Amino acid sequence: MFENEMKLEFPSKSENESFARVVVAAFAAQLDPTIEEIADVKTAVSEAVTNSIIHGYEGEVGVITIECKIEGKKLTVVVSDEGKGIEDIELAMQPLYTSRPELERSGMGFTVMETFMDSLKVESTPNIGTRVTMVKEFKSI
Amino acid sequence: MILKFDDIGKALVVKMSGELDHHSSEIVRIKIDNKIEELGAKNLIFDFAEVNFMDSSGIGVVIGRYKKIIQYGGKVVVIGLSPKIKKVFEIAGLFKIIDEYDDLSKAVSSI
Ligand SMILES: Nc1ncnc2c1ncn2[C@@H]1O[C@H](COP(=O)(O)OP(=O)(O)OP(=O)(O)O)[C@@H](O)[C@H]1O
Ligand SMILES: [Mg+2]
Repeated sequence: MFENEMKLEFPSKSENESFARVVVAAFAAQLDPTIEEIADVKTAVSEAVTNSIIHGYEGEVGVITIECKIEGKKLTVVVSDEGKGIEDIELAMQPLYTSRPELERSGMGFTVMETFMDSLKVESTPNIGTRVTMVKEFKSI
Repeated sequence: MILKFDDIGKALVVKMSGELDHHSSEIVRIKIDNKIEELGAKNLIFDFAEVNFMDSSGIGVVIGRYKKIIQYGGKVVVIGLSPKIKKVFEIAGLFKIIDEYDDLSKAVSSI
């Protein structure tokens, strides 16, 4: 089985949102994804990174880490921060739930990640950080 | 992100080009709101034809302008949705509050 991996660390600046999703898309390109599959991965990565910037570090600068692994046709993306963390993960993952409505957040980020990837796992500890693991199996041959 | 405004009388047309994410959304929001106020625009037409990326930050931008426009009895409609942007609109349930049209003339006549 073909395997590959990469790790990326960058400061939680909003300029890096597009950088992060383009890097993951470029890494995933070796799986010959369809245009739709690549768009899905980019959107999911953007959601997770944006959450670390807005909610994890709340505008302060911290480090965001992205780890990607390819196993056969499967891509695993882990986005983690050492920010504020989430008290109630089940509540946070509910569609339309947002802790920051005043910032015009819609509470749809986790729902987008869930819909665009095959699986989503959220692990978080208040004041320690958050780790989001997403998996997508590419259909292309 | 590049914004182009066109005041067609009946509505303000906002043509966006580029990527609508958290980074770009802050300035997009301010520029559109300023234009709405400056023109006293009643209705809004979002043209997404040249938007090549949008995530939930874009959902926030669209809903935020919708809330503003409906306060004065106006309407918000969209044109130019590519399949990938449409997918984000669908997940967010945006079509429950905002209608999509094939082109500008159809959007204008719906208002
Ligand atoms: N990395 C994180 N650190 C701390 N809290 C988080 C993190 N990611 C998500 N959250 C919490 O989970 C909630 C839901 O996240 P989700 O992405 O679904 O919605 P949102 O970011 O509030 O809005 P949207 O993504 O639609 O703009 C957030 O409001 C926040 O309270
Ligand atoms: Mg979010």
